[in-house]
Amino acid sequence: MAEPASLSDTDDPAIAGLAVSLRGVTKVYDNGVVALGPLELSVRKGEFAALLGPSGCGKSTALRLIAGLAAPTSGTVHLSHRRGETRPARTIGFVFQEPTLMPWTSVKENVRLPLTLARAPAAEADARVNEALARVGLSEFADSYPRELSGGMKMRVSLARALVTDPDILLMDEPFAALDEITRFRLNNDLLALWRNLKKTVVFVTHSVFESVYLSQRVIVMTSRPGRIGAEIPIDAPEPRGEDFRTSAEYAQLCRKVSAALAPSYSGRSAL
Amino acid sequence: MSSLTPPTPASASVTDASALRVARLLLPIVVLAVGTLGWELVVRLNNIPPYVLPGPLAVLRTLVADWPVLSQSLLTTLLTTLEGFIAATVGGIGLALLFNQSKWLEYSLFPYAVILQVTPVIAIAPLLLIYLPQQTAVIVCAWIVGFFPVLSNTTLGLNSVDRNLAGLFQLYGASRMQTLRLLKLPSALPYILGGLRIAGGLSLIGAVVAEIAAGTAGAGSGLAYRIAESGYRLNIPRMFAALLLLSVAGIVIYGLLALVSHLVLRRWHESALGKEN
Repeated sequence: MAEPASLSDTDDPAIAGLAVSLRGVTKVYDNGVVALGPLELSVRKGEFAALLGPSGCGKSTALRLIAGLAAPTSGTVHLSHRRGETRPARTIGFVFQEPTLMPWTSVKENVRLPLTLARAPAAEADARVNEALARVGLSEFADSYPRELSGGMKMRVSLARALVTDPDILLMDEPFAALDEITRFRLNNDLLALWRNLKKTVVFVTHSVFESVYLSQRVIVMTSRPGRIGAEIPIDAPEPRGEDFRTSAEYAQLCRKVSAALAPSYSGRSAL
Repeated sequence: MSSLTPPTPASASVTDASALRVARLLLPIVVLAVGTLGWELVVRLNNIPPYVLPGPLAVLRTLVADWPVLSQSLLTTLLTTLEGFIAATVGGIGLALLFNQSKWLEYSLFPYAVILQVTPVIAIAPLLLIYLPQQTAVIVCAWIVGFFPVLSNTTLGLNSVDRNLAGLFQLYGASRMQTLRLLKLPSALPYILGGLRIAGGLSLIGAVVAEIAAGTAGAGSGLAYRIAESGYRLNIPRMFAALLLLSVAGIVIYGLLALVSHLVLRRWHESALGKEN
């Protein structure tokens, strides 16, 4: 698999200040299905962007392309990375739709995995693992096994694992879709708090209008196959957001606006 | 609302469950007792001589009386089985790892592993005895029968890695060795242990088959050889005693491997968890 094209020319004015930049990216599967694109996507450093679209619109594919888990058929993927680091991989944290934990080992070892793979010194790794677990409120479950945890807790472990390398960019692929609503609301709030404290760039894939509006600063609406960007709606609601925002008229209005932008992608191409 | 709910028969279902558990243990024992008693009665009532059909008591007496000879044979057979089992484990897992690293190797060799498996070992054993020293031939037989389930199960396990976890390893730049050690082998472990459980019993069968084939050719001292030899001498009680030992050995091997599997997997794998989880 191709690694994400790294960005050595951060001085390029076109992409300065951007954490992620996709230019003319397409993805065609081996069976000839055009899954994506051409796609133009920019995410500013420190921005919380939501990718919203119906299932099968290629939003997960877009995320995998950004992460370098798949190679684009054409176009370029640029990621910013820290000065002095050649591998962009360590600046990415990825949270999958499922918790994707190793069932055979403890929570602690699961969170530690990225550091183990990078052969980080043990003492430093221990400290980072403890810090990451504390951030998601799971310190006392360090020695538990994944099967002993609830769905929401497993997702927190997955989040801690993504945070343990202190990445600049957090990619999240419908991470809370399988959870019940109460748990999802809690994790939404926790994620927003983490984002405010840690100042990461977040690209959050979801098929929930409500979740995208609640969390993000900008909702990017994608159309159905092949996935393209249909609309971009800035969400300039005040921070910090909480339950007040979730029940406000402003929130409802934004949700209506985003739903309206999403509507064409249900009617057009997919009906054929 | 709560007044409408019928009282939960919790205590009743608990006693049901424990009764079932006791029944599961007791019923086979009852069947054994009834069967043995019937056997003894048939032999006694019909005055069947022991060289035609010995009763279970006669078999037990022979087992005790011939213990010095039989225990020596048991040890020999168990040693052969163990060596065959170790060879099957190392060979099966080793080949599966090689296949997993190189598709070319897998395509080249896998059909021959299948051929080795589907050719009846009893037909191969006499040939092996011609070309190999007897002890080696016996171990090779045990290996031939035992290695395939280990190979195919390990291959299946190595290919059953969670796709997202594999993506995660790729994302964090895991090396081939790291992926193998930290992802593929642990994922495959339940499958490997299942393969070993089958291979244990099969190694015993392989050893017995080879001993019988070798026994007719001459020297040998394993349990299967004792059975063949006792047959020629019409020492039927000893045949039964040796057979009993073989069965017990098979049961113990299976039980031990099942126990090992349970102990290794009990903290995380579905197969080793109680139903209440």
